[in-house]
Amino acid sequence: MAEPHDLTAAYALDALDPVEVREYESHLARCERCREELAALRDATASLAYAAPAPVPPPALRERILEQARRERAPVIPLRPRRTFTYALGAAAAAAACLAIGFGVWAATLNDRLNRQEDTSMILAEGKRVPLQGASGELVVTESGDALVIVSRLDPAPKGKTYELWVIKGTEPQHAGLFEGGPGTHIVKLARPVPPQATVAATVEKDGGVDAPTTKPFFSARA
Amino acid sequence: MTALLLASNAVPRDLAHLSDEALVALVARGDDSALAALYDRFGRVAYGLSLRILRDRALAEDAVQEAFLGIWRGADRFVAERAKASSWILTLVHRRAVDLVRREERRRVEPLEAAPEPAAGSADEEAWLRLQRERVQAALRRLPDQQREALELAYFGGFTQSELADRLGEPLGTIKSRMFSGLSRLRELLGEEEKERWQSPTT
Repeated sequence: MAEPHDLTAAYALDALDPVEVREYESHLARCERCREELAALRDATASLAYAAPAPVPPPALRERILEQARRERAPVIPLRPRRTFTYALGAAAAAAACLAIGFGVWAATLNDRLNRQEDTSMILAEGKRVPLQGASGELVVTESGDALVIVSRLDPAPKGKTYELWVIKGTEPQHAGLFEGGPGTHIVKLARPVPPQATVAATVEKDGGVDAPTTKPFFSARA
Repeated sequence: MTALLLASNAVPRDLAHLSDEALVALVARGDDSALAALYDRFGRVAYGLSLRILRDRALAEDAVQEAFLGIWRGADRFVAERAKASSWILTLVHRRAVDLVRREERRRVEPLEAAPEPAAGSADEEAWLRLQRERVQAALRRLPDQQREALELAYFGGFTQSELADRLGEPLGTIKSRMFSGLSRLRELLGEEEKERWQSPTT
């Protein structure tokens, strides 16, 4: 079959049928020239959108989109393949670095977040994943026992309470960190290593945490 | 907690200063206020484009909603693409709208009636959108008729290249080359215009 070099414009315009799209996309993976050509035509193609009249969409549409986005807020980071994650992180870090020039405190805070997340990227890239029982998310543990809990769609801890993480190996649960829950996906790095076969669990405790769990774990996972 | 972490419908003011690309990077990290900021930048042109293609308000809303959820789910993939964030977003919107129009068999060719637009946005927004529209329309007018026709039928009509060949009674190769020449020329025209703008003395 001839290589479909001449489908670039039609692809950019979404003017191919599904079979042609598949054919062209697999060609694109092999053809540097077409990738360059497509990149060159993308912006011009997208500019066409501005030629259409642009009435104001109903305000409810914005709310619907944001509500749905929050509802399905999957743990975005952990589900990605490793390479993609690393690239995404690099880009975000680069963006943050550019921002730091002009945005003072806010950018500094963002950088802190990203640094913390860079710490976690190693664990995410190398760790074994275990789904949480009792909540939506997973435990990620490396061979050396560095561990993260990734949890999403968790109600905020009740007023005056906090979520506390435990590492349980044998009979004594050991404190491994506090977190608050709330909207979004939370990535919590455990404050202590998780040995093989240990269980990681979370309980609801009073603010500031406690030395030993006082309530039944509401989620857990076994390393 | 930074403003970034708040799940609020109001876009924190800081985000307004970020580039589109930085917002997409934040969306990739699950930041819904960044998604809201992107919607505020592109929701209107996205809706206008979808409405132009679908000619139905409810379907246009569906296309915009699916496209923005596509941004939400796929923002990390943007990094690997070689395009501006704005192009990536509008590409997603276009693809959703075209998918829908093909599924709904709603494609028509008559030009959209020039309905007066309610000036419901801010004066700045209205002025900026009008400027963009005039700029792209001016570039389109400078294309040879057949190239413009091919681009408009494909991009706004949702026709595939084969359907266009049938419709216009031309060989497929002719349609392909009209689309390619049209887009390449459009790119030059928009680029020239950009250059002129930068070179013109400020008054």
